[in-house]
Amino acid sequence: MTGTSELTMLQAINEALHGEMDSDERVVVLGEDIGHVGGVFRATEGLFEKFGGTRVVDTPLSEGAIVGSAVGLAMAGLVPVAEIQFLGFSYQAMHQIAGQMARLRYRSQGRFEPAITVRAPFGGGVRTPELHSDSIEGQLANVSGLKVVTPATAADAKGLLAASIRDPDPVMFLEPLRGYRGIRGEVPDGDHVVPLGSARAARDGDDLVIVAWSYQVELACRVADALAAEGLSIAVLDLRSLVPLDIEAIASAVDRCGRAVVVEEASQTGGFAGEVVATMVEECFWSLEAPVVRVSGFDVPYPVGMLEDTFVPDEARIAAAVRRTLETA
Amino acid sequence: MTRPSDDQLRAILVDMVEARIQSGRLWNLQRQGQVGTMAPIDGHEAVVAATAHALDPAHDWILPQYREPLALQRFGPEVLEQYMLYNVGHPDGSRLPPTVRVAPLQISLATQIPHAVGLAWGMTLRNESGVATVFFGDGSSSEGDFHEAANLAGVLQAPVILLCVNNQWAISTPLHQQTAAATLADRAVGYGIHGHRIDGNDAAEVFDAVDEARRRALDGGGPTLIEAVVYRLGAHTTADDPTRYIPAEDLEAARRADPVARLADHLTGLGLWDDETRTAVEAEAMTRIDEAFERAISQPLAVDAVFDHCFATDTPRMARQRAAVLEAAGRDPGGGP
Repeated sequence: MTGTSELTMLQAINEALHGEMDSDERVVVLGEDIGHVGGVFRATEGLFEKFGGTRVVDTPLSEGAIVGSAVGLAMAGLVPVAEIQFLGFSYQAMHQIAGQMARLRYRSQGRFEPAITVRAPFGGGVRTPELHSDSIEGQLANVSGLKVVTPATAADAKGLLAASIRDPDPVMFLEPLRGYRGIRGEVPDGDHVVPLGSARAARDGDDLVIVAWSYQVELACRVADALAAEGLSIAVLDLRSLVPLDIEAIASAVDRCGRAVVVEEASQTGGFAGEVVATMVEECFWSLEAPVVRVSGFDVPYPVGMLEDTFVPDEARIAAAVRRTLETA
Repeated sequence: MTRPSDDQLRAILVDMVEARIQSGRLWNLQRQGQVGTMAPIDGHEAVVAATAHALDPAHDWILPQYREPLALQRFGPEVLEQYMLYNVGHPDGSRLPPTVRVAPLQISLATQIPHAVGLAWGMTLRNESGVATVFFGDGSSSEGDFHEAANLAGVLQAPVILLCVNNQWAISTPLHQQTAAATLADRAVGYGIHGHRIDGNDAAEVFDAVDEARRRALDGGGPTLIEAVVYRLGAHTTADDPTRYIPAEDLEAARRADPVARLADHLTGLGLWDDETRTAVEAEAMTRIDEAFERAISQPLAVDAVFDHCFATDTPRMARQRAAVLEAAGRDPGGGP
């Protein structure tokens, strides 16, 4: 199996789930509406028909019990893949995610293997109701014991999800809502695994690097392509995962370019972009030729539809940040 | 219903007597600054020990809260070793060997209930015959995790026993401020599961109830909520002063129903127990806990143990942090081994 197929990100995720359930009978999929109907976005389509109701389980509407029972399933030696319908709803499971799942290995000193993957769509731009769009990846990254994975392409969605399910530690696998059908690309057929913790050069360049993850990589690439027409050489580094963080790739890109912009959709204060900037300062302060600029959501709750476009970073805001950084002497 | 045999009752009493005297020993060690905060077991001995004896340690799981370990001897002597490590603050205090089907203590109340449901469900998926029994208290019954887990257990018909030890007090909050319900067992109706309210001071009744729930679960009859009514005879923990809120006369009345004295009287009447036996059992229990304490405080601990078992493999950032800790320990002549 060496070919590729053009898939949406959603189809790529679905392929990874089919593949992992096929190859490992310990894999169990659970969540709200993930069985009969195949998920509200159809990410789990076909799993129920193929693998049956004992391995593909529609649960009560109960985020805490979805994650909490996934912890118990892992204690029994299974490999649960739980879906939280929207990441914002995971607030109702945070005591299990941060307080329990993240420290199961640590507090049992390795007796229990928390090979748990929690999938959840996140991010805005699709006019969802309240609390459907929150970007809380920075909060999750601050919970020691969790891995946080944020694919930006269809191929990576498949390869990183396969790696997450096979990973022996708990992974929050965050899928960009806008990317489900809005991002498509060539995806390797058959088994395809992308190791966690290895950033991807989405665009090569020497003048400035935009560091991003998830859907913001797509926006950053559009900005880089547009500015290339003006003769600017803009690199885009797709982090792929926030934990583990590819520190070397960040340092290498900043050392090469000397200027950097970090893009995130989360509110700025305490967001993960701050962590990326701090890493740059620690690793390559003397390579920096200009202050690093963050393009983030604002320090307000994720707003309702008519305010959404003001909140979510777009190409214009990213391009403006890039120009400002390049113009700094 | 299977009544426990006299021999079983005697074995349960031995565990209860040991647990009480060891709990007192731990209390004193805490007062001497030798161990951290601990929760005395007084009043809970019958419900914990009789439950352990009604279960099969080779196939069934126990998910404790935090007050139970001293009465879980039936699940292996390792439980005491681990509990002493926990109390001295050693990370291995939450690790039991794979043969001992007891989960780590749980401090974040009620979070262990969905774990038990998932574990019981997982056993059925793996075609393992066994039940998961989870201990929690009357206070925990107010947590969302209790509701979510009980509901899920009912839907899945998971082989789980939800064992609510109603000791009347959540630290200083009395039951009537915890719930307006007449009983906690009544809640089972709302989840479509079996509910059973028992006298948790009666070891035989506890054994019966757990045995019945276990058989039902193994036969595919689903979960049972057991409300075992006891009275917390001691403090919530070493950090608590119950004289500030428990009326002395209430405590005095509760002491007259002391589960240890009750079973001892019963077995004394049958000629199976006497003061001499009790003295010998207590002496041996004290020796064992003191030896376990000595082992716990001399258990080795690596300088960089703080990083172990966070992930299967350190992240690059953690690897740097670990190296820095090791380097600092090596450089500082006054610190580290």
